[in-house]
Amino acid sequence: MKVGIVVFPGSNCDLDVKYAVQDVMGHEAEYIWHRNKDVGKYDCIVLPGGFSYGDYLRGGAIARFSPVMEAVSEYALGGGLVLGICNGFQILLEAGLLPGAMRKNDNLQFRCQNTHLRVVNSKTPFTNACRKGEILQIPIAHSDGNYYADAETLKELEDSGRVVFRYCNPSGEPTPESNPNGSVNNIAGICNHGGNVLGMMPHPERCMEEIMSGTDGVKIFISMINFLEGGGGLE
Amino acid sequence: MYKAEIYITLKEGVLDPQGSAVEKALHSMNFRGVQEVRIGKFMQVVLSADSLEAANQQVKEMCDSLLANPVIEEYTFNLQEVEK
Repeated sequence: MKVGIVVFPGSNCDLDVKYAVQDVMGHEAEYIWHRNKDVGKYDCIVLPGGFSYGDYLRGGAIARFSPVMEAVSEYALGGGLVLGICNGFQILLEAGLLPGAMRKNDNLQFRCQNTHLRVVNSKTPFTNACRKGEILQIPIAHSDGNYYADAETLKELEDSGRVVFRYCNPSGEPTPESNPNGSVNNIAGICNHGGNVLGMMPHPERCMEEIMSGTDGVKIFISMINFLEGGGGLE
Repeated sequence: MYKAEIYITLKEGVLDPQGSAVEKALHSMNFRGVQEVRIGKFMQVVLSADSLEAANQQVKEMCDSLLANPVIEEYTFNLQEVEK
């Protein structure tokens, strides 16, 4: 697997993703500067977390107009794997590659904590190494992760299995107490129609080794490798 | 030259956590009459354009594409001609 990691001014999880792919998973990863317009040679594009353009105006609002985003859109529409993490998820929403928008966390706090996630859809290129209903522990770190979509969009997402992760308690129930930001239906991650574009607020690259207090992030990267090697996802 | 004064607000029905927090603060300061607080953004854009109508069109496009997020926000603006 050869991963391209887009670097916007203000991205700060780009190094972590490179470490995760290269040092932990033993695969290839390269940075793509946001002015670059060619993303064709990669098996997967990651939009990493951080504060692109200082989060000015709205998280992801300015980054989506970076030169690279046109190429990322084409890549995504052509079926290429695109993973947006945290700020990367916000950018995908702003770019219209995923539906909905992010509001400020309902508690007005910047939440930096571990969360339990229920894998709602295990048939995506990003979750095929998980069991349906499996509970993962992946940390979040954001203040604008309060996912919103209107009732119609929400119904469509739910009915078509495009809600991929939900915040839940340790037994897997999506309770209000386990929702760290107020997201509708406890949504932590969604994918597009094709399943090849995933946006998630939690950071899998931050739980890749025991020393990081968890290794569930590895499952996301294994899933992607499985998929690319023809082993799972997208029925 | 034209000056646009743009107001961006959350759509009705979209939860505004900042507004709710400020509303509670006002209540605790004994402003008992406060019914609701909604927080938005105010922007001033000075631009050159061939006519008021052209400026109007440009500001509308700016709002639709970047300044507001149509999923959760709506906008209004005033436009007036100003001295250079």
